[in-house]
Amino acid sequence: MKDILKDLDKAFENKVRLGIMSALMVNEFMDFNTLKDLLDVTDGNLASHLKSLEKTEYITFKKEFNDRKPHTKYYATEAGRMAFTKHLNAIEQLLK
Amino acid sequence: MKEKYIEDLKEIKDIMNRSSRFISLSGLSGISAGICALIGAYLAYNTVYQNQNYLGYRKAIITGDSVSTLLLIAIGTMIVAIGSVIYFTTRETKKRNQKIWDHQTKRLLINLSIPLVTGGILALMFLYKGFIGVVAPLTLIFYGLALVNASKYTLDEIRSLGIIEICLGLIAMQFIGYGLLFWAVGFGILHIIYGVFMQLKNKS
Repeated sequence: MKDILKDLDKAFENKVRLGIMSALMVNEFMDFNTLKDLLDVTDGNLASHLKSLEKTEYITFKKEFNDRKPHTKYYATEAGRMAFTKHLNAIEQLLK
Repeated sequence: MKEKYIEDLKEIKDIMNRSSRFISLSGLSGISAGICALIGAYLAYNTVYQNQNYLGYRKAIITGDSVSTLLLIAIGTMIVAIGSVIYFTTRETKKRNQKIWDHQTKRLLINLSIPLVTGGILALMFLYKGFIGVVAPLTLIFYGLALVNASKYTLDEIRSLGIIEICLGLIAMQFIGYGLLFWAVGFGILHIIYGVFMQLKNKS
């Protein structure tokens, strides 16, 4: 039991961060506005959760310019994918 | 504690589906497309088998005139069917509070179009060379392939529908001459069955 709890990732305790990661697992990338509509959160809320996932290096981003407007694409990193899979496995174990 | 994680899993699955698949295909759009196809097939039947006895195998008589009538019927049926699908799908996306035109829709349509346009062009080429008998089987097969290809980006049931259309097309190729009948089954009756099935599934 203790081992399972250790595998649960603090980074995914929060609903918004869990949502961001879920979307990035099945999409090559997501942009800011699509994520915002999908998760139904405010700009500031989403930005702060994206920041914290960047800090743990679970996601990364690319900034592009379309007609001089900045357009940010977010990607899940390899580390992020592994951590998310581990987290999911831990939940599954826990619910057994 | 367990409840929280069950809730989490539900949320994960929901977000994965909503973000990667187009899920607003309603059963009603299948039913309406099917009805359009049946009406189209009936009109085509009357054009092709004019003035013939109703017993036994009948030869399709295609004259220059009836080819243009048939093409008109085909185009008309397609426009009305696609229009009704767009109408019911838009209604469904509004109900689910989703956008009709986002990158999921685009991805779905592109992957649907590649086999579909290929098959359509191929069928027209055969038609102009006079091989009218293969048109119905070919359109069924390529439509099935298009559905299987697009099913990755939408409901899983579309994949099964696609496989059934492919099988039906292959059988139709073996029984050339009954093309219109197979066509009516594939585009008409199967769509209606699919639509009813989805409508019942969504209600339960």
